[in-house]
Amino acid sequence: MANGNATPAVDGWFTTGDRPALLGTRCVQCGTVFFPRESSFCRNPGCAGERFDEVELSRRGRVWSYTDARYQPPPPYIARTDPYEPFALAAVELEAEGLVVMGQVADGFGVDDLTVGAPVELVVEPLYTDDDGATRTIWRWRPLAGDGAGTGAGDDSSGAGSPGATGEEGSR
Amino acid sequence: MSNDVALVGVGMHPWGKWGRPFQSYGVHAARAALADAGLDWSDVQLVVGGETVRNGYAGYVAGATFAQALGWNGARVATAYAACATGAQALDTARARILAGMCDVALVVGADTTPKGFLAPNAGERYDDPDWLRFRLLGMTNPAYFALYARRRMDLYGATAADFARVKVKNARHGLANPYARYRKEVALDEVMASPVVADPLHLLDICATSDGGAAVVLTSSEFARSRGLPALRLRAVATVAPTFPNTVIEMPNFATDSTAAVAPADLTFRDSIAHAAYEEAGLGPEDVSLAEVYDLSTALELDWYENIGLCKPGEAEQLVRAGDTTVGGRVPVNPSGGLACFGEAVPAQALAQVCEVAWQLRGVAEGRQVEGAQAGITANQGLFGHGSSVIVSV
Repeated sequence: MANGNATPAVDGWFTTGDRPALLGTRCVQCGTVFFPRESSFCRNPGCAGERFDEVELSRRGRVWSYTDARYQPPPPYIARTDPYEPFALAAVELEAEGLVVMGQVADGFGVDDLTVGAPVELVVEPLYTDDDGATRTIWRWRPLAGDGAGTGAGDDSSGAGSPGATGEEGSR
Repeated sequence: MSNDVALVGVGMHPWGKWGRPFQSYGVHAARAALADAGLDWSDVQLVVGGETVRNGYAGYVAGATFAQALGWNGARVATAYAACATGAQALDTARARILAGMCDVALVVGADTTPKGFLAPNAGERYDDPDWLRFRLLGMTNPAYFALYARRRMDLYGATAADFARVKVKNARHGLANPYARYRKEVALDEVMASPVVADPLHLLDICATSDGGAAVVLTSSEFARSRGLPALRLRAVATVAPTFPNTVIEMPNFATDSTAAVAPADLTFRDSIAHAAYEEAGLGPEDVSLAEVYDLSTALELDWYENIGLCKPGEAEQLVRAGDTTVGGRVPVNPSGGLACFGEAVPAQALAQVCEVAWQLRGVAEGRQVEGAQAGITANQGLFGHGSSVIVSV
């Protein structure tokens, strides 16, 4: 978990705290969900929607595919360690939203901990330290033991159906 | 009514790391293509340039730059940008002007000089640019996207690292005799698998390099080719379709797919739809093509293309490469030029280079890599920002 002084590496893309979630938007008219947020015009070609609710996306999903970065990515990527330490990446399918969302994989996990279809959960962890020495955080996908992505008991996903904590976002 | 135009000339500058300005490769290729066509620069009424690529976005002016470097001849100019599919969009622009009766002779040129290593985004703080953000927030390079597709083949279809390596071995062999290829050296299966992993499961030798290069194509109206007695191939299709919402495959440089919450996905994926549109336009099907030039940004991606262009059903591509079906001499050779594996990518030139190879194959002059009796060829290509292209040429 990120420490108390940590701030997200990008504004308004995810919540922090005990149950962090990605923040997207949902077209009020057709229900299409967008991540990153779309707040101007609905991109469903059959929809004229211009109003969107902010929604927290499901915190759990299933791995669509995965890889890792064995070599340090070029700037603007900021490596956290010197020498560089590889990290894993996963594309995760969120059933309720019908989205596949990219993310790094949580610290301590690599490609050997992943398979297509395996359940993962969203966490927030440090991404890099900025010029002022402050920790900047990012969402990551953490592998879950067993079949944790279901909709049964213990699934704390908020789903696309519930407006986010910050409420409705009006049209521009 | 036929939408054919005549493909009368092709030319290339060899791929490499030459370190010269892009227009020098373009002019070399253009002169070669005009000589190949038996036409003079003064015959050209339209020059379409494939825009150079800088940090994922359109770079230097191209059409006018080539026209000036060739010596202003009063021709009209146009410039096209579609990332990796740039060359095909330039071709499409030329074809459209010819079909509209607005000109008879068009020269299409693409050329670039490309930096070493990972293709990187623009400098500065660009929080509104997805191509910048994917590096800052995810460290997501182009090979990482290719690796996602490769891993799915493994987990869903049982592909192996050796299957991917087979594609490289095949393409390396194909490119041996190609005078325009940058890498002309046999590669062994073990060499590919022993090369360092860049983005699991892809090894360094599974991923294409970046190169300098230039390619050019001369198109004319069918009537003009006939009246001048030019030996012509038929440009049957140039598909430049964008995806259909919702696009459910994650693509460079995106963080997520479109949502299927409100609209169910189409029957065809975006990559499937690219070749499908070309076949429909040409009135041909996968069974009619003698060869294919597909965008092997990675070895595994070449396998995806086998399925996307209809050479086999999903999950069967590994069988094709194992059986040698896609090797020159096999059922339907893929990347007889050696592909990106032997060229490395010179972005705005690459889709035109694919067309050049198809032309040489159809004329029966692809020495050392000739597909015997080739009657029709298809190219397929996809790049950043939802750009795809597929071109069909026949005798």
